[in-house]
Amino acid sequence: MEILMAVLAGILFTTGIYNLLQKQLLRIIIGTGLISHGAHLFILTMGELKRGAPPILTEGVEGYTDPLPQALILTSIVISFGVTSLLLVLAYRAAQVNGTDNMEQLRGNDYE
Amino acid sequence: MSNLVALPIILPLIAGILMAFIHKRTKVVRTLSQVFAVLHFLMVGFIFLQVKNNGSIILETGDWAAPYGIILVGDLLSMTLVLTTSVIGVASVFFAPQSLSKQQEEFYFYSFFFLLIAGVSGAFLTGDLFNLFVFFEVLLMASYGLIVLGNGKVQLRESIKYVLINLFSSMLFVTTISFLYSVVGTVNMAQIAERVREVEQQGILTTIGIMFFFVFATKAAVFPLYYWLPRPYISPNPVVSALFGALLTKVGVYSILRTFTLMFNQDVQLTHTLFIYLAALTMLFGVIGALSTNNVKLVIAYNIIPAVGFMLMGIGIFTETAISGTIYYLVHDMIIKAALFFLVGALVYVAGTSDLRKMGGLIHHHPLLAWLFFIASLVLAGIPPFSGFIGKLLLLQGGLSQDELMIVIVALISSLLILFSMIRIFIRGFWGEKQEDPHPERKWRGLKMTFPAGVLLALSILLGVGAEWFYPTIQSISEYLMDPQLYIDSVLKE
Repeated sequence: MEILMAVLAGILFTTGIYNLLQKQLLRIIIGTGLISHGAHLFILTMGELKRGAPPILTEGVEGYTDPLPQALILTSIVISFGVTSLLLVLAYRAAQVNGTDNMEQLRGNDYE
Repeated sequence: MSNLVALPIILPLIAGILMAFIHKRTKVVRTLSQVFAVLHFLMVGFIFLQVKNNGSIILETGDWAAPYGIILVGDLLSMTLVLTTSVIGVASVFFAPQSLSKQQEEFYFYSFFFLLIAGVSGAFLTGDLFNLFVFFEVLLMASYGLIVLGNGKVQLRESIKYVLINLFSSMLFVTTISFLYSVVGTVNMAQIAERVREVEQQGILTTIGIMFFFVFATKAAVFPLYYWLPRPYISPNPVVSALFGALLTKVGVYSILRTFTLMFNQDVQLTHTLFIYLAALTMLFGVIGALSTNNVKLVIAYNIIPAVGFMLMGIGIFTETAISGTIYYLVHDMIIKAALFFLVGALVYVAGTSDLRKMGGLIHHHPLLAWLFFIASLVLAGIPPFSGFIGKLLLLQGGLSQDELMIVIVALISSLLILFSMIRIFIRGFWGEKQEDPHPERKWRGLKMTFPAGVLLALSILLGVGAEWFYPTIQSISEYLMDPQLYIDSVLKE
């Protein structure tokens, strides 16, 4: 199961980076979204995938599920959600003001 | 007592939220911000003295014992940097009303400013790796707000690139933390430091260490990951550029310093040698960038990069002297970069252009600005007796004691080139025939813009002339950093 998840995270990363290298702004943003999903799945996998065990370690309990990765993911999801929405607004404004959403034309030079 | 250490984060956070509610009343917000910034400075100064006299203050939030809960560690290194941050905060908040337009002030500048200070202070103070990520995000979010403030065409274009590169490196940061978590099973820095010594396969830790370096190097603008830095840094208002130049890259350097003295010091041969080479390339390429342009703002922005190279050089050499050099340089660079961005902001304002070829003879109209700029150039290049000299001296001593001649030579050459790039602005911008003042009506406001920079410069000179007073503190920090066990013991309290 861990291997499957690792492969899935890997696929998400590759598609994310492929999209990140495109010229169109919206594709780039979708790319960042995919990468952050990959990263989140990765955290979950790294804390060992397990079912049916309590998330606390007390006396008498042998196996337990690690609750920390879930806390970490939650934080990370909220952050990437916020940044993505900001990025969408920013991209919209930038495309509107600059009159293009093609990164090739958004390069700029020194004296502006 | 230990709750004290949360205050440098909480106070600006409260201030930031408060300013968001009253953002339309410019005068009130201005005064309140100045009060809050000074208050922050006084409080941090008090905590700094406490830490200096009585040792580290550690806060276990929610009363969860050290390896389980999130902890805040106020040790001497963190508090020194937080103190420097708050000094820059005070200077910026007095500079801001002069350089911002009314609209920019109204639209939450002060809120973002305080959130940035909160994020930077938090990143310095935290003792938990995941929490470091969270504080990175807090300060980045604030910086996203600041960089688009003003809504200009160029600004929007550059800020997209800035947000994207930071978002990507943040995601890499999370991934790297999860790698480390799967190996050592903790995110508490002290416990990681303890456990990395017990891990059997040291190779994987070196790999993770290099991944961390990649993340922090992106934030700190180390070669070859500096390409994103110069343009986004010059597009916003001067006060924002000053905050970015002084604080953001330094948080990256601090993270490298912390992680590679505390946790990843098991393969010094590989990692720290890599740092030395990267430091040399960073210095050279940064300074070449600074020489390649006639845009005065861009010259200063490029000058951030060689400074990062100097700090990385100290971490790479990894002796007590070199690490003290890095810390000295870190504090010096935060102050002088803020001062330089202020001065250049004033220069561009009074000249009405940022193109060096269209300036000339400004010294006749603005003598104070010109001479302050001249002194700042000397400080930056490391001419004795100013503070840059002390930091560089320590770094070079460290380098020579380890027989790293290559980096010493590169450092000296790049210092010379830094001086050249700065004096070029002085000669072509300020010197020359007396011309008609392009904007005589801007004289008074331009003068007001130079005052905060003057204060920072005075501080910087004090740091150089009074090196005798500061050096013992810096030395004790570097002794403390070179012995990770001290940090581990103070946090975990076995």
